[in-house]
Amino acid sequence: MKLQLNGAPIEVQVTTLADLLDAEGFGGAKVATAVNGAFVPATARAGQQLSDGDSVEVLAPMQGG
Amino acid sequence: MRDFYGTELSNGLMLGTAQYPSPAVLADAFKRSGASVATVSLRRESGQDRAGQDFWQLIRDLGVHVLPNTAGCHSVKEAVSTAHMAREVFATKWIKLEVIGEEDTLQPDVFGLVEAARILTEDGFQVFPYTTEDLVVADKLLQAGCEVLMPWGAPIGSGLGLNNIFGLRAMRAHFPDVPLVIDAGLGLPSQAAAAMELGFDAILLNTAVAKAGDPALMAQAFATAISAGQMAHAADPMEPRDMAAPSTPVIGKAFLE
Repeated sequence: MKLQLNGAPIEVQVTTLADLLDAEGFGGAKVATAVNGAFVPATARAGQQLSDGDSVEVLAPMQGG
Repeated sequence: MRDFYGTELSNGLMLGTAQYPSPAVLADAFKRSGASVATVSLRRESGQDRAGQDFWQLIRDLGVHVLPNTAGCHSVKEAVSTAHMAREVFATKWIKLEVIGEEDTLQPDVFGLVEAARILTEDGFQVFPYTTEDLVVADKLLQAGCEVLMPWGAPIGSGLGLNNIFGLRAMRAHFPDVPLVIDAGLGLPSQAAAAMELGFDAILLNTAVAKAGDPALMAQAFATAISAGQMAHAADPMEPRDMAAPSTPVIGKAFLE
């Protein structure tokens, strides 16, 4: 499946958002997620099916003013 | 000091966490100043570097209140989604709501700001809106459910100070019971003291500290100035007058001509 992860194209074999996070090194990390611009809570990641062409954002705490 | 959504702060300094030379300097700035709130953001994380995880541990170790922002958001949808993501990650209802309307000044889009504030307060957020000193906009934000207002002093990162003293003084007078925070644009501690003397409740700044030659010392200087300004306001300053008035008693002066 081809996806956009944080703006970069990737090709992975996963079915859910939770699977994608594990596959891409985010296991156990403090992150927030969105799919196609819509926030997906942590509790909904395992049930969030991904489709070819989806755009996924994975955000973490960062410096800010 | 007025409370912020029921939270009393130990001092009136809210300090940003961006642009410091190193994490150690950032931590020292908080330690030296006693800043009570740290502003933070959300940005894309790398599964390899996981840089955000170390940063989050650093912030947690500061032991201060965390105020996530929606910096860089230009639309209501973007700001609302970012706020939801921040609430989950930082486990706080607080959100520093920024909806940017113009790139040169980073002036807030006050129309989008009011709409986003209404959506977020209805969803249980405690919104700290980055706004202008416009009284009508301020009133709309209060009607939308905001219990704190954060007018700019000057454009973000400019260091120009309090660009519109008249407008800020009018805002303080018009909303005597609303916690007001000067957010952005300050460059020097004297400007922070001036804002507190006007009766503002706190100062939010970042660049003036982070870009100083000695950020920790500058953070301490701001904290001291904020405290001085706050005391001066509480002490009820004298009214200025145009003509001189001798302070030394005239009666009893020797005749020596």
